[in-house]
Formats: sequence, structure tokens, C-alpha cells
Amino acid sequence: MSVKDYIRERFFPHIWCPGCGHGIVLNSFLRAVEQLKINKNKIVITSGIGCSARISGYVDFHSLHTIHGRALAFATGLKLSKPKLKIIVPMGDGDALAIGGNHFIHAARRNIDVTAIIMNNRIYGMTGGQYSPLSGLNIKASTAPFLTIENDFNIVELAKAAGASFVARTTTYHVLEAVTLLKKAIKHKGFSVIEILSQCPTYFGRKNKKGDACSMLELYKKNTGKIGSKKLNNNPDLIKRGIFVNNNKPEYCEEYEKIIQKAATAAAIRQI
Amino acid sequence: MTSKIKFVHGNEACVRGALYAGVNFFAGYPITPSTEIAEILSQKLPEQGDKFIQMEDEIASMCAIIGASLTGHKVMTATSGPGFSLKQEALGYACMAEIPCVIVNVQRGGPSTGNPTHVSQGDVNQARWGTHGDHSIIALTASNHQDIFETTVNAFNFAETYRTPVILLFDETICHMREKLIIPRKNDIPIVNRFRTSLKKHVDYHPYLPREDGRLPMSDFGDVHRYNVTGLFHDMWGFPSNNPKIVQELLHHINDKIENSIHEITKYKEHYLENAEYILISYGSSARSAIHMAKNRTQRGEKIGVLELQSLWPFPHALVREKCSKAKAVLVVEMNMGQILNQVKLALGDSKNVFLANRIDGNLITPTNIKALLRVIQGRGV
Repeated sequence: MSVKDYIRERFFPHIWCPGCGHGIVLNSFLRAVEQLKINKNKIVITSGIGCSARISGYVDFHSLHTIHGRALAFATGLKLSKPKLKIIVPMGDGDALAIGGNHFIHAARRNIDVTAIIMNNRIYGMTGGQYSPLSGLNIKASTAPFLTIENDFNIVELAKAAGASFVARTTTYHVLEAVTLLKKAIKHKGFSVIEILSQCPTYFGRKNKKGDACSMLELYKKNTGKIGSKKLNNNPDLIKRGIFVNNNKPEYCEEYEKIIQKAATAAAIRQI
Repeated sequence: MTSKIKFVHGNEACVRGALYAGVNFFAGYPITPSTEIAEILSQKLPEQGDKFIQMEDEIASMCAIIGASLTGHKVMTATSGPGFSLKQEALGYACMAEIPCVIVNVQRGGPSTGNPTHVSQGDVNQARWGTHGDHSIIALTASNHQDIFETTVNAFNFAETYRTPVILLFDETICHMREKLIIPRKNDIPIVNRFRTSLKKHVDYHPYLPREDGRLPMSDFGDVHRYNVTGLFHDMWGFPSNNPKIVQELLHHINDKIENSIHEITKYKEHYLENAEYILISYGSSARSAIHMAKNRTQRGEKIGVLELQSLWPFPHALVREKCSKAKAVLVVEMNMGQILNQVKLALGDSKNVFLANRIDGNLITPTNIKALLRVIQGRGV
């Protein structure tokens, strides 16, 4: 099977700018699905609003392109109502953690079996480069002409604290690693979060003098380190890549089956 | 199975109606005065092997039911004013993406937090215009528990028939008072189930291509037809489009499918209406006071009748015009500042003989309140 078997060519060309990292994420995601050999009819991809959210239309799965920030709430309804479905939720950093922050922490707390792919480019790209909760300090954006004064979230720490049972981080430079981590995230039973640092040369890069797409990718190579690597041990300030959490907590839909059992028993007793 | 007689509050009557209609997924968030609906369903749904979830907020519960509807479930959420405000964006999404769902709004006093434990009918216009953009909507109401039951069944039927969200506009008084409810036997009220495509695998399925009768067969997420659903304007495949022809046609479609079906959707009751000189137009718990007043005055030989509306949107202008053609005066009895009054004025053109008998202080409007206004109109003084 080739990647072409997983896309809807009618939808192309895609909307992303030249040099955008999101195409790399799409490619990695499709390779992961292909290697896992999941039936296309079993996958629902649901997304909110933003550049990253457009992934849902491009792929030949059941696709639900919803409203800004709420994809995980739609995903919860999809999954709980039909647990045999594989639910994938691609989100941007603003979509997932500004407008959608509440749904993110609660999906993690429930540990519902949904895979959240957060494509973190630290900017609102679709609307023209406004700062996001992931921009961090001293960033120039179209709504921060005097640089940002807001701290950023650490997605990994946030997901951990909220209760996600699988948490990983990689970048668009590390494509093979991304495929491996995506496979693990998709296979994981429970709420899995994978943060993929993805370059936005058009808005974040240009405004902050980060160079072109290649320079931004080079930066991911330079300023990140794989957990357990010598590079990271020598320089612990680097952004960590790899798997941060991977445990087997009770999953929400499976737990719900127990409620159904309890309710049936209680109802039967009432009948007597 | 024989009929079952129950003594329940209105929220429970609504739940019973929903279960009769086949609800099998509910997502909600606690809010007075609708919480009992969630509470009862948190027990009933798992008992029958179905799903209930309390979401993190009102927005999430609206989104969750839309997701569950797409997997083929009959879905509902319940709320009140502030929660209804929060649900509006996702409600508009369901209008645009044509996803069947039922939203109960047990009205309380507003705006804002308002008067949570007291009655109001202040969300009538919000039900019609709460979400942005041109769209049509179905909103139903009821004034007693038997009607709440049947109206709730109708709401599910309309949602499936027209592939649209349907709003149940109840109110605090009707949903917190208790009275008799007779559960109809199975099949006494017809049930409309999901209309699914008969197209087989590998046959091109167009989720947004209406058939000649205007209906759009659905396909469950997880089945053989993979398609796109979006809140953007979209073509017959569900793919985003800003082609002016497609935009215009879709906007016409989501409006016309409801407005053109007003005769099937409109529900109303007449009380002492024949030869009535004075007509009270009312709905929900206000209608109980109107009916009470009309009954008393009719017994004393006066000609006062009630047109009780059970569907508020699309508003039945032609019906109101027909029923009120010979009335000396029309009184709209409602607990807001004239939301249905405006529609009645629109229907009757000459607004000289249309009056508002309202109450907006959180208490139920009484027959005496209505009588006082009627006496003034009749020139008899209070």
C-alpha cells in the first residue's frame, strides 16, 4: 500500500504554506497507520479549527472537521458511543491548549482511548501569526509587536499532570522517530498525547528571524535531545524527545462497561 | 404491555418520552432547573446498556452528542439559559452539518445567571437566533406532562426526519411540578428511526446530496462509507467549498427543509376557541393559566378562547392569522417581554388589537393577572 491509498486526492492541493511542518506530520501519521495495518473503516479522525485541523479532510478515513477547540469533546462522544473505533485528533497548539485547554485536561483525566496529536508551531498560523499559549516569552507575533510577556505551557508536563497514560514528544526533523512514536500512541489503550514540534516558517519563523524551513528544522536537530541520549545528558537544558509516560491505567470506555454491568444487576434486583 | 400510570415531575416526563423515542446517548452538565434529566438518565441509560456521560462543560456536552449521533445514536442533552448560551456554536454546527440531536432547555430567569430556581420563557428568541448565520430551527414546547412526553418523542422524530437539531423549550414551573403521566403503549406514538443509506460498499455515497423528497440518508461513522463532515460550506461529498453556487444552495437547503415543512412541524391545541371574541395565545406553563382563565370565563358566558402553541419555531404565522381573523382582541400570554408577541404582531399585521399579558418577576403568571388586563381591554377597568 502506498500513502496515496490513504489520502483523498480530490482534496488536494493542501492549504499549507511551502515549508510548513504539518505535511511531514501527515506523512508520518499515514506511515504509522499503514504499518499498523488498521482497517480504514475503523478510524475516525476528528479535528477543530486551524492549519493542523485540515488534516482530517485530506485522509481517507471517517473524518469530522468540527469547531475551534472542541475536537476532543466530539471525540469523546464518538469513542464512548462506539468504542471499537480508533479516534485520532490532530490539533494545533492554540486549538488544543488555548480554546481547547479544558477539554484537553479532562480527556486526559478520563483516560479515554483517544490519540491527541498536537502539532506545536507556537503560533496561530491560519489567522496570520498571532501568539499562542505555546509561544513563550519574548516572541514577536502580529498581536505581540512589543514581544510576548506570557509564559508558555509545557505540553508534556500538563498532559502528565492531567492523567494522560501515554505522553511523547518529537519534531518534524525526526520523521522516523515520529512514525515510531505515533504507532505507539495509536496502539496505546488510553488517552495518548504526542506533541510534534512543527515549523511555521511563514509566521513564526519570519517574524522571529528563525530563517527558512530548513534552518528551523536544523534548530530542532540542535536544540532537542532524546531521553537517555549522551547529548541530553551532557546538556540537560535541551528540549527532551521520546516517551515520558506509558502506563496501563483503567481506560474510560472499559470502565463504563462495568457501570453497565452494575446497572443491569441493580435493575435485576429491583425486578425481584 | 399495558399503559403505565406515573406521578412524575416534568423533567422525568421528558426523560420518559426520550426513552420511548429511543434515546441511547446523553451528555450533559449540571444546571438548575434541568439537572434531573441528567440524573435520571445516568441511571436509565446504563440499565439498558447505553451511555451517559457528564462532560466537563456545556459546550463539551453539546459536542459529545453530535459525535455520538454520527455513530448512529439517538442523542440528547439538557440545559438551561446560561448553558444554552454556551451550546450555541455547536448547535449551529449541527444545523450546518445536518446532524440529528435534541437539546432540552428548561427555561429559568435571565439574562446571565438570572433567577436559576424561578420560571421564565425568556429564551424563545435565543432558540431561534442564538447561533450565528442564517439557519432555520425547530423548537417545541408543552404545558402538561402528557404533552411533554409526546413533544419529546416528536422532537426525536423531527431530528431524524429533517437531519437537524431540535430544541425542547420547557420551563422551570412545568418541569418541577408533578402530575399524572400515562406512558403510552409501544407503537401508540410512531417513532422515526435513523434513515440510513442502502448503498453498498464501493458504491459512491454522497452524504450531502438530498434525494428528490429532500431527505438525506446517513451512514454511521465506522461503517463502509467514509466521508467528511464539516462546519464549512460543503459540497455533496462533505468537502469544503466556497463556490458561490454551492454556498447559496446549501444555505437555501438548510433553511427550506424546515420552513417548507411547517405544516408537518406545527403543533397546537385549541381551548374554547370556537366563536371566541377574545383569544389568548400562549404556551408552556403560561398556557395553563390562560386555559384556566378561559375556562372560568367561558362558564360565565364570555367568549374567551386559547390558542396553545406547541411548536414555536418555525413560527406558524398563517395559523395565527387564520385562528385570530375574527377576534376582537388577541392577548399573548407569556413570561418574557414579548418574544412571541412580536411574531403574533407580524402574523396579524394590524397590531392595534394585540396585547401582551406577561409576567417577568420570576413568578408564574396567574389567571388573575390575565383577567386584569382583559378587563382593561374590554373597557371594564380592573
